[in-house]
Amino acid sequence: MSRPQDELARVVRDHAGRLAASLVHLLGDFSAAEDLVQDAIEAALRRWPDEGVPDRPDAWLFTVARNRGLDVLRRQVRYREKLTQLQWPAPEAPDDRLRLLFTCCHPALPRQAQVALTLRTICGLTTPQIAAAFLVPESTVAQRITRAKRKITEAGIPYRIPSDAELPERLNEVLTVVYLLYNEGYLSSTGDGAWSRRLAEDAEWLASSLAWTLPREPEVIGLLALIRLHQARASARFDADGRIVLLPDQDRARWDHPAIAEAGQLIARAAAFGRPGPYQLQAAIVACHAEAPRWEDTDWAQIVVLYDMLLALAPSPVTRLNRAIALRYLAGPEAAVRELDGLAEHLDRYPLFHATRAELLRAVGQPEEAREADRRALDLTANPAQRALLEGRISWT
Amino acid sequence: MKYVLMFAETAQYAEDLAAMSDPERQAAYDEVGRWFADNAARITHHVHLRPPHTATTMRKVDGHAEVTDGPFVEGKEIVSGFVEAEVADLDEALAMARSWPGCPIIEIRPADA
Repeated sequence: MSRPQDELARVVRDHAGRLAASLVHLLGDFSAAEDLVQDAIEAALRRWPDEGVPDRPDAWLFTVARNRGLDVLRRQVRYREKLTQLQWPAPEAPDDRLRLLFTCCHPALPRQAQVALTLRTICGLTTPQIAAAFLVPESTVAQRITRAKRKITEAGIPYRIPSDAELPERLNEVLTVVYLLYNEGYLSSTGDGAWSRRLAEDAEWLASSLAWTLPREPEVIGLLALIRLHQARASARFDADGRIVLLPDQDRARWDHPAIAEAGQLIARAAAFGRPGPYQLQAAIVACHAEAPRWEDTDWAQIVVLYDMLLALAPSPVTRLNRAIALRYLAGPEAAVRELDGLAEHLDRYPLFHATRAELLRAVGQPEEAREADRRALDLTANPAQRALLEGRISWT
Repeated sequence: MKYVLMFAETAQYAEDLAAMSDPERQAAYDEVGRWFADNAARITHHVHLRPPHTATTMRKVDGHAEVTDGPFVEGKEIVSGFVEAEVADLDEALAMARSWPGCPIIEIRPADA
């Protein structure tokens, strides 16, 4: 028998979005519906450990949310009638949760608020949980959520899936938030490991829900493939002492090879639409690493081509840095160093730039310059956990 | 819901406009005219403001009114006009703003009826 809090986490993940969506649908009030769900979750956190997990935990949450709604809105006859009509399970409306996601990620809201609101409304995380995951004070999270909900109401942000004309831009916001959640969970070396895992799993779940509902959007499939590939290799990323293991040193037998193969099929399915995008390309790059039986077998030529395509679509100095590293294995360290020279002005404050440069300078026989670059990298990263994390990022752990 | 779309001109936009030939400029104005025609059903009111050099500012300090010349915003982005529109929600207002062919910055604010 699982612990009450584990059971709650499962029920919340499976049902919180649907619950909030069905309440919003009937009330027409995003803020009120979202508060009702959160209240119900907090009640479960308090009561289930003592009273035991109810037989139908999702229905329990729903009943509590509805009853609290009745209490709060007693004087408002209109809501009261609506609330008494609510049924659980809510009629199957797969679009509801997605509508909610698009509302939470509306471009008129600041990014941090999009993230907080998504975690709270769709994933059912409480304010303290979100604060712990992102290492910010609870009051900050609470304030972001309050402001965002006020803006949704007062600025007239609608609760709906964007039209086809708006979708590409809006989808981009949603995908950014989902990938940000994933990275926060996957790369976080600080904070509570359980929350990190939960964030990564929630992000994967969101990506797969999106791919299920929007099967004709190749970037959605690309993001799902990208997340699946990272997840498939996650268990080899740390050694027994919890230290990051860099990609060349990872035990590839520990990777989830069936999952890697499935991700490969997702990438092919996305590519068939003939609309390449940054997520598809990043997934393809990660797939090149994941499909190589050994580090020495990595298809660097293919990786450099993919980086060129990625740079054409979404130019960024960090992507150029990654391409330079791939170029090292294809064309030698001299070529890579020449690439880095052009990046110095953009990445001078980025410790990985200097760390990479140090490694390459050592490889071309310039130990003095290499030491200088090492010092610069160290100056920029005092925190050992962050240092380990950054090393991990650059080396495609 | 009622929204106000506030249009702001930038120094770059003014330069671009000045650099155009007369027919090009006329074509740009025609596009703006078409936008107003396309959105006529939503637009309840609109105002174009004369250029910033025509502005006068009054500041009330300690009960005194101080009059100075110039717009109170010292900047390169100057509000040059606004449109009041009646639309369903922010997304519809955003769609209107997206198709606006004139100056490059638009602030969209809900307004009380």
